[in-house]
Amino acid sequence: MYKIVSKETLNSAVELMEIEAPFVANKCEAGQFIIVRVDEDGERVPLTIADYDRERKTVTIIYQVVGYSTELLSKKQVGEYVEDFVGPLGMPAPLHKCDHVVGVAGGVGAAPLYPQLRKLHEMGVKVDVIIGGRSAEFVIMKEKFEEFCDNVYIATDDGSLGTKGFVTTVLQELIDKGEKIDEVIAIGPLIMMKNVVNVTKPLNIPTGVSLNPVMIDGTGMCGGCRVTVGGETKFACVDGPDFDGFLVDFDECMKRQGMFKEEEHECRMKNAQ
Amino acid sequence: MERNMSMTKVVMPEQDPNVRNKNFSEVALGYTKEMAMEEAARCLNCKHKPCMDGCPVNVPIPGFIEKVAEGDFEAAYEIITSENALPAICGRVCPQENQCEGKCVRAIKGEAVAIGRLERFVADYHMANATATEVKIEKNGKKVAVVGSGPAGITCAGELIKKGYEVTVFEALHKAGGVLSYGIPEFRLPKDLVAKEIETVEKLGVKIETNVIVGRSVTIDELMEDGYEAVFVGSGAGLPRFLNIPGENLLGVYSANEFLTRVNLMKAFKFPEAPTPVKVGKKVAVVGAGNVAMDAARTAKRLGAEEVYIVYRRSEEELPARAEEVHHAKEEGIIFKLLNNPCAIHGEDGWVTGMEVIKQELGEPDASGRRSPQPVEGSNYIIDVDTVVIAIGQSPNPLIRQTTPGLDVQRWGGIIVDEDTMKTSKDGVYAGGDTVTGAATVILAMGAGKKAAKAIDEYLSSK
Repeated sequence: MYKIVSKETLNSAVELMEIEAPFVANKCEAGQFIIVRVDEDGERVPLTIADYDRERKTVTIIYQVVGYSTELLSKKQVGEYVEDFVGPLGMPAPLHKCDHVVGVAGGVGAAPLYPQLRKLHEMGVKVDVIIGGRSAEFVIMKEKFEEFCDNVYIATDDGSLGTKGFVTTVLQELIDKGEKIDEVIAIGPLIMMKNVVNVTKPLNIPTGVSLNPVMIDGTGMCGGCRVTVGGETKFACVDGPDFDGFLVDFDECMKRQGMFKEEEHECRMKNAQ
Repeated sequence: MERNMSMTKVVMPEQDPNVRNKNFSEVALGYTKEMAMEEAARCLNCKHKPCMDGCPVNVPIPGFIEKVAEGDFEAAYEIITSENALPAICGRVCPQENQCEGKCVRAIKGEAVAIGRLERFVADYHMANATATEVKIEKNGKKVAVVGSGPAGITCAGELIKKGYEVTVFEALHKAGGVLSYGIPEFRLPKDLVAKEIETVEKLGVKIETNVIVGRSVTIDELMEDGYEAVFVGSGAGLPRFLNIPGENLLGVYSANEFLTRVNLMKAFKFPEAPTPVKVGKKVAVVGAGNVAMDAARTAKRLGAEEVYIVYRRSEEELPARAEEVHHAKEEGIIFKLLNNPCAIHGEDGWVTGMEVIKQELGEPDASGRRSPQPVEGSNYIIDVDTVVIAIGQSPNPLIRQTTPGLDVQRWGGIIVDEDTMKTSKDGVYAGGDTVTGAATVILAMGAGKKAAKAIDEYLSSK
């Protein structure tokens, strides 16, 4: 059992939890993820690590309340426990020293992007970030990025904050202005990451993406998370979750994401009764 | 006592095939006391005990059977568990026909003594009737870590705790048992029973830490710095192999590991009460013909698939599964498509619609000694299916070898050990089970765990 030591509501759909998990907190690095099981018989839900505190032995997760299991998680309060919390899973993000990195975050994707950009900043890289959301309410972690990013750009679909448009609109503007970008790291919905790559690939700006496909164990055992990267099948859980965005077959990822769509709905309906 | 000279085993009652292929309850129902005593009377109690040579953990077989024949089932249990910590499991899943029963003198003319069924009976009888007895073990103050709570790890831990060591087992999943929990289905090995056998080992003092992935959460070197004087690696063969044919990433294609883990560990057969789903279409092709393939096919049938095929590139004679599993699968209506090799999976809108196979004929024996299948040119055809389960084997998980400097491994990933002691190239580190041999049997893994425990004890006693 793993204790919830703090909890925050970031917006109407997104919450943060800090959970006591000594093994994970000791070892985890930016880019890695955990699997949480809320209660006995619960699903194994993979979530990327948003932050960690080696002294307090805690790990922070940020999740969108979208289905049966995240709703169940959302009902848990500070002082209560989750049944299982395992990790760190996956490879640390392949971060390297260069002059300028632009991070691109869509919605809850800002959470896993945060430790990666912070680490780059600590390595002496100039870091900017573009955060996107449906509206101002869905832009998360702005202040946290402001602590170390040189520039924090915002894009919202309705223009309620920052540029009206997509994160790619802002990215394109930066490029058009002649900004020299060595690398882009994009984390968010698959369609967003695909569109970012559509901007960066023709210009040959290396672009890392982070995938979060359907999986069970997270240790390479089930193979449910397979994804085609550069024509080869990879397991996102052990070979990733970070991959070279130029090589990822996003269309296949999007299809595979829908494998249990009907069942997700059925489960939510049944258990809501 | 009168010897029973019947040429055949006392029949063990089973659920009717057409009833059981719709439920997840255990197929075989076990002997009654009377049946067990009648069967035990078939044992000749041979002086040279050939059956024991066939047992990887050296259970004193004639000794326990004699006690069964006398009706002293607790004494029989004591004899079995002096050598085997998991009798209820072994009695159910060991390939006895190639082991103890394969060497039984009674099998020369007629059927072997039903050693497996008797072992199962004794273990079940004990579980149902015995009251727990306190065992006092004197501690020697030395700590040993075990990686993996499958058959190899649990056996090794059980042996070491009895010798006075402080033993902690680290398990990556949320539940102990390894393949016994996630792989072998309920209808062949009830999970309550697995939990009970593991509990027995825990009661002796073994500590099981779930949710710890050695190689990620902690490394072997860190465990040793932390005061563990020896480590046993029994991390299994968890990495599924795929065919590398077109269409394998279509929706509706599972590895057997994923399919079985969803159903066994995550209880998808109870969906939506259990929130992890599994999708089984109307027609399912399972590729491969080992025990795992039989488990997957029989599971698919129970989940409501109308037609389930085993697709295998060799012939009946080479089927690698236990004879009993093949027999049960056929009784339950699984259709065997032998001498067929998949070459592509076809789909529409991302979902599987069929599997293309090419017929095979058997040629000269290959490196494995089995006649190698050769494609019959132009014989391709499509089997109409909407789900494909790939059950062609597993490799050892690479996490440990990637994070343990000084640990020598085979080219295919198996950890290299000294066969007598299970000692690896790294001081204080021992390994056994599927992580050494590649996917094999529960009992071989247990044998390895036991051997390693003995060697670890010798190593730490002389230190």
